[in-house]
Amino acid sequence: MSDGNMNLTLKVWRQKNGNQKGELVTYPVSNVSPDMSFLEMFDVLNEDLVEKGQEPIAFDHDCREGICGMCSMYINGRPHGPKEGITTCQLHMRSFKDGETVVVEPWRATAFPVIKDLVVDRSAFDRIIAAGGFISVNTGNAQDANSLPISKDDADKSFEAAACIGCGACVATCKNASAMLFVSAKVSQLALLPQGQPERYSRVQNMVEQMDKEGFGNCTNTGACEVECPKGISLENIARMNRDYLVAKAAH
Amino acid sequence: MSSSSSFFTSSLGRKFVMGITGIFLITFLIVHVGVNAMIFLDSSGELFNTAAHFMGTNWLIRSMEIVLFAGIILHIVQSIVLTRRNQAARPEGYAVSASAVNSKWYSRSMGLLGTLILMFLIVHLCHFWVEARFGIWGGIPEGVEAGTHDMFAQMKVIFSNPIVVAVYVLAMVSLSYHLMHGFQSAFQSLGLNHYKYTPAIKAIGKWYSIIVPVLFALMPLYVHFVINK
Repeated sequence: MSDGNMNLTLKVWRQKNGNQKGELVTYPVSNVSPDMSFLEMFDVLNEDLVEKGQEPIAFDHDCREGICGMCSMYINGRPHGPKEGITTCQLHMRSFKDGETVVVEPWRATAFPVIKDLVVDRSAFDRIIAAGGFISVNTGNAQDANSLPISKDDADKSFEAAACIGCGACVATCKNASAMLFVSAKVSQLALLPQGQPERYSRVQNMVEQMDKEGFGNCTNTGACEVECPKGISLENIARMNRDYLVAKAAH
Repeated sequence: MSSSSSFFTSSLGRKFVMGITGIFLITFLIVHVGVNAMIFLDSSGELFNTAAHFMGTNWLIRSMEIVLFAGIILHIVQSIVLTRRNQAARPEGYAVSASAVNSKWYSRSMGLLGTLILMFLIVHLCHFWVEARFGIWGGIPEGVEAGTHDMFAQMKVIFSNPIVVAVYVLAMVSLSYHLMHGFQSAFQSLGLNHYKYTPAIKAIGKWYSIIVPVLFALMPLYVHFVINK
């Protein structure tokens, strides 16, 4: 074992498919480099399992640079592990101590059913976007950037909301499995820009309606989502969505 | 209206109702604590009884009493519906949860705190409101002139029991934590979040959640330990 490497005990949720019951299975992992990412540690463990003729652990991952939002792992009671502002692929093993026990579970929500092991079906988010998270325009040549003046303040806020990668950490950490941080970010990014205005009030109604249909819970403003969001999406967006929805229902 | 779904059965609509009834109940508490505070100004209880008499006979206040009960019932009914939906949204919980690092315990315990407040409210209404309105619980207490609603005398009798005093004080601890989250949360649910005003709302909410329950809790303590001595 080279200098600084660690031995850990992993407890990972194993579940064959959506119909069967799952359980936490213990795996000792040794000689883990502190420079590995959490996902690389899983790759090493999986190679080990394959060599032993066992089924590797299924987990979602894609870009491994914190922008795709696929690596949904609930690590020691927190989405994406103990550090704030990062996804699981950006979590390094130096954040853990030698001898530590690490519990890894999938996102838990009725709207995010487990497909296998740590992989959940997040297509509920896609259906919410399809319900209104877009603008209807005929695309052509890009117009001059200055033809639509936007205040710096609004442009910044819209950009911050647009940083949402749809990873589902907000739903995972919310005690009510509410998707309101996600939906409000997707409502806000368009509500703040001139291009989003024509459909502003139908959008918020349709997206909220779809969110309710998917079986997500209700926001109780605990603020856990904002803390755990890897992109730092603000609770202000939820207030904006509440506001727009009220106006939409009252006047549109 | 581009969508057919009803505002009041939607998730956001129900949150709105929770928020607006919450703020209404918060304003009620100001009136209630104001009337209560009369006993600190005049320990003979005359001023308090005058205020209580006004509250019990003024037609506007009596009409608001109906709105108040409606507000309390709406707040409770919505919370039950929302809680059941929230539980259905995550039937299988986590083996490990580190929620303490990302949120305050009282913000996650509003249902429990609210239930404790409701239990207290039932006891409290039996002690004073039912007695004043209907006089059915053992009739007029000893030392009270027949034909008057001597709330002050009623209070002296009720708060002579140290267990009752303890229950009232503990209930105010629940109320304090419920308000600590509820005050600012109500504004957020109504969509009132603004970088200029939200810090002030949060600060006022924090002070309100401490000052109002403390004033309420001082009342049974004052009656038990000072006035009744």
